[in-house]
Amino acid sequence: MAEQNSAITLVEAVTQALAYELKNNPEVVVFGQDIGANGGVFRATDGLQKTFGADRVLDTPLAETMIAGIAVGMATQGLRPVAEFQFMGFIYPGLDHILSHAARMRNRTRGRLSCPIVYRAPYGGGIHAPEHHSESTEAIFAHIPGLRVVVPSSPARAYGLLLAAIRDPDPVIFLEPKRIYRAARQPVPDDGEALPLDRAFVLREGSDLTLVAWGASVRETLAAAEQLARDGIEAEVIDPSTLKPLDIHTIIDSLEKTRRCVVVHEAARFGGLGAEIAAQIQEYAFDLLDAPVQRVTGYDTVMPYYQLENAYLPGVERILAGARSALGYVRDGVRDGVRATGAEGGR
Amino acid sequence: MHKPRLQLQASFDIAYLQYLDKQGRETQPLPEFATPDWLTHCHRQMQLARLVDDRAVKLQRTGRLGTYPSTLGQEAIGIATGNALMAEDVYCPYYRETGALLERGVEIEEILANWGGDERGQNFQHAPKDLPICVPIATQMLHGAGVAFALKYRHQQQGIPLQVAVASSGEGATSKGDFYEAMNLAGVWKLPMVFVVNNNQWAISVPRAAQTGTQTIAQKAIAAGIPALQVDGNDAVAVAWAVRDAMQRARQGEGPALIEAISYRLCDHTTADDASRYRGAEELEQAWQWEPIKRLDTYLRDQGLWSDAKQQDLDRELAQIMEAALNNWESRAPEPVTAIFDHLYAQLPEGLYEQYDQLRDEQQGTVIGGKG
Repeated sequence: MAEQNSAITLVEAVTQALAYELKNNPEVVVFGQDIGANGGVFRATDGLQKTFGADRVLDTPLAETMIAGIAVGMATQGLRPVAEFQFMGFIYPGLDHILSHAARMRNRTRGRLSCPIVYRAPYGGGIHAPEHHSESTEAIFAHIPGLRVVVPSSPARAYGLLLAAIRDPDPVIFLEPKRIYRAARQPVPDDGEALPLDRAFVLREGSDLTLVAWGASVRETLAAAEQLARDGIEAEVIDPSTLKPLDIHTIIDSLEKTRRCVVVHEAARFGGLGAEIAAQIQEYAFDLLDAPVQRVTGYDTVMPYYQLENAYLPGVERILAGARSALGYVRDGVRDGVRATGAEGGR
Repeated sequence: MHKPRLQLQASFDIAYLQYLDKQGRETQPLPEFATPDWLTHCHRQMQLARLVDDRAVKLQRTGRLGTYPSTLGQEAIGIATGNALMAEDVYCPYYRETGALLERGVEIEEILANWGGDERGQNFQHAPKDLPICVPIATQMLHGAGVAFALKYRHQQQGIPLQVAVASSGEGATSKGDFYEAMNLAGVWKLPMVFVVNNNQWAISVPRAAQTGTQTIAQKAIAAGIPALQVDGNDAVAVAWAVRDAMQRARQGEGPALIEAISYRLCDHTTADDASRYRGAEELEQAWQWEPIKRLDTYLRDQGLWSDAKQQDLDRELAQIMEAALNNWESRAPEPVTAIFDHLYAQLPEGLYEQYDQLRDEQQGTVIGGKG
């Protein structure tokens, strides 16, 4: 476990949050495949079984449907199960339980039983993994009423949001961008301070353009913002962090300044979260826009095996192209963000 | 062709239990729990379950209730199983469960509310920890394993007596991965759990013979290291002994067990089904010969524990219970439409306020076009 206040990686922040909750809440149990003595294939549970015992940190048999299903039963009896799927690509056998039961239990018992579960899974591409190990299918879960979908993009947010997810009274899909599991270090005090769910984080302020990104793509998006700054363009970078429910207000507040928006995600474009964000922006803030909302995403293809995955993933260049498209858009009566007509739209 | 010499590595048996045969005669002395009071209780509750089913089907036929799955002919399984649980045990029912729910203290009006399309019917006021009835096939088996883990965890961590999770299903559900995954986990983790399979011979239109190649359903448990027993599911005493024995062992920390209760679905799959499309009349007629209520009734009368006069009193009493339940159900205030948001999350996310208001305004007839 990480030393207090030393700089830690995102995956170490996950471990730190799990340890904090195991230590402070006797109802928390952590389980999954190879998470005990092995500490998980990414070491996210490193040392937890040794510290908290095999009664609370459990290796399960190899059956993903089972992992998803027992969490439902445990949670209905008041435990706080934190279940790990080894990779997001292996979460699908559990969908029946996540979608049909965890997401619905509170509603279908009219509040009598609930499912305070965290389903964790490493997600996203870019680590030269085998087939089925690099998916970004957060939109499947974000579509489902009753779920929360949370994606951290830094060690501090991984720690604070995972604490919040475990303490949340409803099921949370917690997707850990494995490409940045060890990409950066940051001091993360082990103080048990949760970060708010359902709130977007403004990672960089700017008044010329709003860039929305989450997970590993935040890195490239921030890099793109730095490049734009060299050309005198100040981009605001927003990480929604909780993708469902979505904090659209922070994005629209930003658009009041910038009037132009690019949404970045690794997932395929069609029906992705970018579509939802763009739709909400035009519903709530059509008159604020000086350009169509741009989507910079993975392609609508199968996630490629690793030889071609970098061609698929949205990198800095693709983000910059999207940004330039948004910045360069000119429509009748609107020049450089200044309205010729003077007609001011409301929200 | 060369035939290698093989050594026997393991061998298994599946036993079968029956106390009352198809004619209602004792095949062996009854167990101690089967007192006259207990037997007449089962006799009564099985008849209540049949009455609830009968009225529910009629309500569906007259458009007052939605699709309903009757338990006709399988009442012994539900009553004997539900009766074997203590209040603190946790029941994880599938959807064909009228009898077991009654034994768990679920109100008839709650059962009617649920099948009448009202989620409040799953808010079991007298069985607060039991799971709601489960519609997706066999998923409740895994929920039961999770419940059993929680019960074992509380026992280990907090020292409270070991309680038991009981999950039920039909035989069709034993073809699903969830069933095998639940048994596998329960076996390897020695969970305090009992699997009760109502083998009623039909999974909608698919007969038992087309469902699985195994000789018995019970033997499926052997692969998971779980003891299993096949019982006459129309013999309430046999079902009760098997469930009680399994629960007692689970309570002592000896792990899970599976019970295959052999019965027959005398009804359609649900009110939306017409079994005459795929099932012969002769088979159905034969199955009526060994239905569970008549069998216990014969036994009780042979023992001098039942009479026409007692039956007339019971008929009156059950009819009154049913009428009262129907009145309670029909006089329930409708749920406000905004209830669809009220229990979605513990607290409604801000992003849903607008939809909540829209729904409320629609119902008040004050909706104005567009978002304005």
